[in-house]
Parts: sequence; structure tokens; C-alpha cells
Amino acid sequence: MTDTSAPRAPLTADPVLTAKPESRVWKKFRRHKSAMVGGILVAFFVIIALAAPLLPIPDPAATDWGAVRKAPSWAHWMGTDEIGRDVMSRMIWGAQASLLAGVVSVSIAVLVGVPLGIIAGFFGGWTDAVISRCTEALLAAPFLILAIALAAFLGPSLTNAMIAIGISATPIFIRLTRGQVISIKSEDYVDSARAIGLPTKRILSRYILPNVAPPILVQATLTIATAIIAEASLSFLGLGQQPPEPSWGSMLNTAKNFLNQAPWMALWPGLSIFLVVLGFNLLGDGLRDALDPREH
Amino acid sequence: MLPFLLRRILIAIPTILLISIFVFALQKLLPGDPLLVLAGEERDPETLAFLREKYRLNDPIWMQYLAWIGNALQGDLGTSLRTNQPVTELIAQKLPVTIQLAVMSMIFALVIGIPAGILSAVKKGTVTDYIANFVALSGLSIPNFWLGIMLILLVAVKWQLLPASGYVPLSEDFWRSITTMLMPSFVLGTALAATLMRHTRSSMLSVLSADYVRTARAKGLAERVVILKHALRNALTPIVTLTALLFGELVAGAVLTEQIFTIPGFGKLIVDAVFNRDYAVVQGVVLVTAVGFIFMNLLADALYFVLNPRLRGH
Repeated sequence: MTDTSAPRAPLTADPVLTAKPESRVWKKFRRHKSAMVGGILVAFFVIIALAAPLLPIPDPAATDWGAVRKAPSWAHWMGTDEIGRDVMSRMIWGAQASLLAGVVSVSIAVLVGVPLGIIAGFFGGWTDAVISRCTEALLAAPFLILAIALAAFLGPSLTNAMIAIGISATPIFIRLTRGQVISIKSEDYVDSARAIGLPTKRILSRYILPNVAPPILVQATLTIATAIIAEASLSFLGLGQQPPEPSWGSMLNTAKNFLNQAPWMALWPGLSIFLVVLGFNLLGDGLRDALDPREH
Repeated sequence: MLPFLLRRILIAIPTILLISIFVFALQKLLPGDPLLVLAGEERDPETLAFLREKYRLNDPIWMQYLAWIGNALQGDLGTSLRTNQPVTELIAQKLPVTIQLAVMSMIFALVIGIPAGILSAVKKGTVTDYIANFVALSGLSIPNFWLGIMLILLVAVKWQLLPASGYVPLSEDFWRSITTMLMPSFVLGTALAATLMRHTRSSMLSVLSADYVRTARAKGLAERVVILKHALRNALTPIVTLTALLFGELVAGAVLTEQIFTIPGFGKLIVDAVFNRDYAVVQGVVLVTAVGFIFMNLLADALYFVLNPRLRGH
């Protein structure tokens, strides 16, 4: 992207190429405009979710029978719902449920999937065969169907939805980590580490883990996006966050019944899911480009 | 080709066995006595004893599994608690509806996704490319049930162009069937269109830098011929495989789309079953979906083999 033909910018002075690795990643990331947009979107939702208790907004559960299904106005910026609750307040509190579901379920998937993937990839043999076959079996059931079935058998609640989504996302990380480990373990530096007699535990923590981390970070960011949609879907179906606790998915479920009279009830939750998911997707794509050592 | 496919089928068998164990194990997640859940409202001791016998709840768990899988292999996935119909029959009833939805969605996805992918690869780095990429990423980020609700609001409620919901069988009234399914399949198709576009783009980009494309250009062929005849043919091979795999995602996506548009298909079957605590149906749907997905995988492998002449010699 830098104009190398310009006399003032010789190639060697490219700040990206001369910087230390960590700051090089950051500089490449910053140059990536869409990734910055993604980061800003995500940051915005994280801030309003964390600041929810401090904001001067009405109680998200407070009903007002005098203001049922009122269109957006100065008193209620996003209107009110079918029992007179402030939609904006429910949106802000709902951000907590969505982000929590995304982060917690992906953390479950990473914490279970990455160690299993490392074991399968590093040790090979029958351990690998068993882990890989189980991964394939779980991947055969479509993500959402698996999550619905698990949530159904575990019982509907936000916690169980997060567990169900986490388990459904685990095979993605097992497979990714396994593939990475297999390609890294035949590298010369791993051979030399083994040759000088380092214990396996140290090889794994010092040489394997740091090298599998970048693609896992990228995948985790993109999977948070998928997990947020999955949580919204489960809540929409009634298998996630239970009313009256606010969640974007269940707000949409209610809104569906009042499309004619109160379309704003359906507009905001969907738009927020869209924006936060778009944010994580842009961020993930940007991280992928920034962390890819082949691309300068 | 035969040995290759045979090997793939042999690998698929343990996968299917494992998924059946998972599906069976699901019922062990249920809190409390599974018998009371199976019995539903029935609490009379004779029924309970009959069910205990029927589901072999006194036997060790591996024998319960063997009995269950033995029946499943003979096409008996149990009986729906709510309708008393065999689960297999219920699935066979709902499947055609979802297949129609899936096929129509796939048509939307292909018609939008592939040309968009080609265009953005050919015009790489231009405004067209950026717009196409942004639209695709938005398509991936938009929750399709929300897109469905918004379309109902605009197209059905405001403009009254298409029906908001429902289902008409193809055999009953062809055109009405197609028009009722138009909006749901568009909604379901857009997310896939985005995936297809992104893959077509990267596949085209890698092909466009290949030597034979340079040769084709060097000998003075028109750019249109180079792109459509030389590049596209090769770029499409991975896309064909991907299309087969995406059918699995269509079934999952159908769950919410059918819910929004009240289409009595496979997706609505599982959701209704979940709420009626009709666990045999839930297990049946998951098992059938997974096995179907594994078959689509096999099909994808076979297609890849057929389309890729380099593999044929092996």
C-alpha cells in the first residue's frame, strides 16, 4: 500500500518492516481500516455493556402501563415494548448477555479444544485417532442443531446455552490446533529442542503453544461472532436467556408478534446483533492479515 | 475411483457410530428419572413398568444403547410422545418441505454468490471489490431470523407483495408453492451467498495468477474468454465441493427460518419437539441430520474426485 516510487519513502524506512514483531503486528493492524472499524464497534458494545449499571437509564424490567408500545421519543429514545419497558435500557442490558455468551462459550471451546488438539497433534498414534474421530463425529452435526439439542436436554437458561454453544464450538478448535501442531512439530527448532533433551512439557509450552496461538486467536475472534448469533438464536427460540431478563434474541421473539404495531421493537435488537457480529468478523479478518507473517 | 470412495465410506462408519453414541448419551443429560420424562403425563404403574421394559431401563447402559441402535438401523427411531407417530414417519413427512427450502436457497446462493465472487476477483482492489466484500461480510454477520422479520415487515406487511408465512406443497399448486417459499429461501440463501462469494473470490484469484491463464492471455485471447473458459472452470472445482458441504448448514439455518415463516419442515419439527419435551424426536432429527451431513461429505469427496482429473490416475 505504501507508495514506494515516491522519492521520500525508501523501502528500508517502511515503519512496518523495521519495527519489532509485536509492534509490527499492531502497526499492520492499524493500517487495516476495516479492522479498526471492527475494533471500534466491539469496543463500543463492551463499554456500554460494562457501563450499564452506571448509565442514567430506566430499570430494564420496570413496566409502565401508561406507555405501552410507544414509538421512539425524547422520553424513550428507542421506544417502549409491549408492557411499557424502555427498549434502549433493555438493549444496553441485553448487550451484557450477548457479549458474555460469546466470550464464555468461546472460552469453554478454547480451554477444552486447544489442549485436546495439542495432545492429538503432538503425540499422534491412537490418542490422535480417538480424538480425531470424535471431532469428526461432532462436526457432522450442524453447529446450531447440536447446540439446540444440547440446550434442550440441559434445560433452557443462559448458562446452559453458553455450555451448549461452547461444546458445539469445541471441535473447530481441536481440528485447527491439531493441524497447526502437526505442521509445527516437524520444524527444525522443535527438532533441536528435542535434540538438546528438553522435556516434552517445556517443548509444548515454549515452542508449540506460542506458535499455534495466533491462528487460534483469529479463530476465537471469528467464533465469538458465530457464538453471539447462536446465543441470539437460542434465546429467540426460548432456549437461552429467560424472560424477564433482557436479551436481544428474546426481545426479537416478542417483537415478531407486534410487527405491525411496533416495528421499532424488532429493529434495534437485530441491528445490534448485526453490528456487534460484524465488529467481531472485521476484527478477526484484520487480525488474520496482521498476524500472517507471509504478508507485509 | 472405487477404492478411494470405499476408503472414505469405511472412515465414515466409525464417525456415524460415534455420533449415534453422542445422540444416545444426550438423554442421560436429562435431570431426574428418564422414565418419568418418557412417560410424559402417564403415571400409572403398569405403563411405567411397560416402558421400563421397552426401553430396557433396568439393563446396563451399553445394552440400552445396543437395543436403541439396533432399532435405529432397522428404521425404528422410537415414537413421538405427542403425536404417537413413529419418529421415522414424522421425519419422512417433514423432510421434503425442508429439501424444497434448501434447494431454492441454494439457487439464490449460487446465483448471487458466484458472479459476485468472480466480479470481485477480476476487479480486485477496486471499489466494486470493496463493496462486494463488505456486502458479503454483512451477509455473514446479519442474523438471518432478523433479516426474515424485517423482510416480512417490508415485503409482506407494508407492500403486500408476498405471503408472510405458511407453506403450500409443490404438488398442490406449483406457483403458489414457489412464491410462498421465495422470501424464506432468499433469507436462508443470503448467508450462503456470502460464504460462496468469499470462496469463489479467493479461488479465482489463485487461478488467475496461474501460468496457463498467463499463456491464454499471451496468445491474445479475449479477456472474457480467459476468465470464463480458462480460469472459471478450474476455480469452480473447490466451489462444487463446498456447495455439497453447505447443504448441512442449510438444514441448520432452516431451523430458524422455518420458525419465522411458520414452515412445517424439519427445523420446526425439532423446535416443536424440544418444547414438547419429545426427546425421541429430537434425537431422531439430530441423528438423521448428522448422517445426512456425512453423506453430503462423501458426495463432496466423490465430486472432487470426478472434477479433478489429476486424482483419477491414483
